Amino acid sequence: MNLATKDIRYNFGRFALTTVGVGMLLMVVMGMGGIYRGLIEDATLLIDRIGTDLWVVQRDTRGPFAEISRVPSSLVHRTLSVPGVQLAREFVYHTVQRERNGKPLRISVLGLSWPTDKGKWIPLTAGRHLAQSHYEMIADESLGMPLGEKITLGKETYTVVGITSSMISASGDGIGFFSVADAQAIQFDVPGEAVRLERAARESRGNRIDLTSIQPSLLDNAVRPAAELPQIPRPQASAVMVTVVPGTSVQQVADIISAWGDVSVFSRSGQRDLLLMGNVEKVKRQIGLFRILLTVIAGVIMALILYTSTLDKIHSIALLKLIGASNLTILGLILQQALLLGSLGFGVAYLLGSQMFPNFPRRVILTDYDLWQLAGIVFAISIASSLLGIWKAMKVSPNEALS
Amino acid sequence: MTESSTQPLAIETKQLTKIYGSGNTEVVAMQDASMQVKQGEVVALLGPSGSGKSTFLTAVGLINPPTTGQVIISGQRVLEGPNAYGNLRTFRRQHIGFIFQKSNLIPFLTALENVQIALQLNGETPVASRSRSLELMDYLGIADRVNNLPSALSGGQQQRVAIARALANRPSVILADEPTAALDSHRGRQVMELFSQVAHEQSAGVIVVTHDQRSLDVFDTIYEMEDGKMQRQKQNSSSKNAQ
Ligand SMILES: Nc1ncnc2c1ncn2[C@@H]1O[C@H](COP(=O)(O)OP(=O)(O)OP(=O)(O)O)[C@@H](O)[C@H]1O
Ligand SMILES: [Mg+2]
Repeated sequence: MNLATKDIRYNFGRFALTTVGVGMLLMVVMGMGGIYRGLIEDATLLIDRIGTDLWVVQRDTRGPFAEISRVPSSLVHRTLSVPGVQLAREFVYHTVQRERNGKPLRISVLGLSWPTDKGKWIPLTAGRHLAQSHYEMIADESLGMPLGEKITLGKETYTVVGITSSMISASGDGIGFFSVADAQAIQFDVPGEAVRLERAARESRGNRIDLTSIQPSLLDNAVRPAAELPQIPRPQASAVMVTVVPGTSVQQVADIISAWGDVSVFSRSGQRDLLLMGNVEKVKRQIGLFRILLTVIAGVIMALILYTSTLDKIHSIALLKLIGASNLTILGLILQQALLLGSLGFGVAYLLGSQMFPNFPRRVILTDYDLWQLAGIVFAISIASSLLGIWKAMKVSPNEALS
Repeated sequence: MTESSTQPLAIETKQLTKIYGSGNTEVVAMQDASMQVKQGEVVALLGPSGSGKSTFLTAVGLINPPTTGQVIISGQRVLEGPNAYGNLRTFRRQHIGFIFQKSNLIPFLTALENVQIALQLNGETPVASRSRSLELMDYLGIADRVNNLPSALSGGQQQRVAIARALANRPSVILADEPTAALDSHRGRQVMELFSQVAHEQSAGVIVVTHDQRSLDVFDTIYEMEDGKMQRQKQNSSSKNAQ
């Protein structure tokens, strides 16, 4: 006869409520771990998916993800001339916030170096990859933009031709993939008025020098295209991605490029570490602390509940001792209830969590490792929290059944 | 007395004294209480309230050890003052059936389970313990209440479940503290007769604390306590067992 389950049957309401409570607490612990995993995954996903060997960024910056980096577009050609470089692509990356149906829409704009990179590495859930050098985009599903939707960014209108999933920037915004030229056009869009003002400024500057009075046609330069106006910045890339010829030493290529005075070079793992040690490290410690706190709270609550339910059973325990039950029987009664509470709580946490976590604004990833780890922790706190009750039960004298 | 004198006594107590508290709160609840109960003998223990009957019974039941004196059960010395020889809990489980003054059931077990648990703690299988429990409960007239929790039973029904639990393991010593207080006279007598029957069938020694004068004829021997002192009153002449 299992005394633990008989007692639970008797106090079913209380046990069920406690289980749900403990389960919800454990769900939060579980979710915290999942949020941390999601954070790491989001932070490093792009770096891993792009899978390039080297990142060439603005000198002394930790770009392009951890901070802003600006390199001239021509850097692509310079790196291509380094022996051992198979492929060099511009990387253009920045976040814009616009409005869509009255709600803010944040898009992390990522430029694909057309035509060398048409985004074939992006896993699509619908639609197709980029098929032309302009006015097309692939949108992450978190942006909520359906296939065929048109969106105006800067002076141009772009059409969603493909949908991808879990392509999220480190800050949790959905990524939109464009060609590099389009991405730059979005980033460096100069309003018409700014161009007109610059032309006027140019013309007045020109009028102030003698040369224009001798050669008035020089003033025609003032009306040249916006891209050629010196006060308006030339489109720049965030970084250049370098793929090394298979078999060549990546380090060797990195050494050559980092000797240039205007750039710094990071390997793929270096780039990952920059992100993980910078942004994510603090969050990791914060979340870790919360997890520990919540786990302790769950343990304390379980201990309290098991202790009070033992107090309620003191008379029965004394009586059991009186009719000859061994200490092991009594210990089993409490320990089994503790383990049952723990494991059912864990089950509730998992069931509730897997229903609720997908609706969270940021990704919550439950890895098997984390789940097993938490299961182990729950097992341990179940045992630990029952100790107080067991200690009390062991102290009970059979005589107490008589009073 | 025709029984062989080589047979060990079921119960023997030598000068049990119990002192509660100390100093000016000291209470001598029991003083030099000695008693011998043969196997198959049914003893009634009478006495006014507060005379020490329960104190004596719990000392013999190895629940509440005496301050001084010896308790010998089935020829085995078990208690010497507060000192135990061997594991009292195991000894209780195997040899002693105890019926408490207040009915004492486990609230989260059904009537049947309350009886079964005593058997299963002693290593009985679930099937065997179930049929044994049902048999006893049927005899005690509570067969139709086996699946009720104690809280759904009347006081007398609860007491009968406790009696079934005490008898379940066929103990060699049965100690009952006013077992029939909550029962009508017919049921009360039936329980007393059950004790006597069990005593003879199982060669058990039985001590029953009772106030019920009408059932005294069931007992072989009558002891009386007064202010903690034990006195053997008489051999019951009307007892069917008296030779
Ligand atoms: N735990 C205790 N501490 C102090 N005194 C006690 C304790 N238990 C019993 N006593 C005292 O010992 C005496 C004997 O008590 P006991 O319970 O043995 O009486 P009893 O004969 O069973 O009475 P009743 O017929 O009312 O059940 C009483 O005076 C009682 O107050
Ligand atoms: Mg009493």
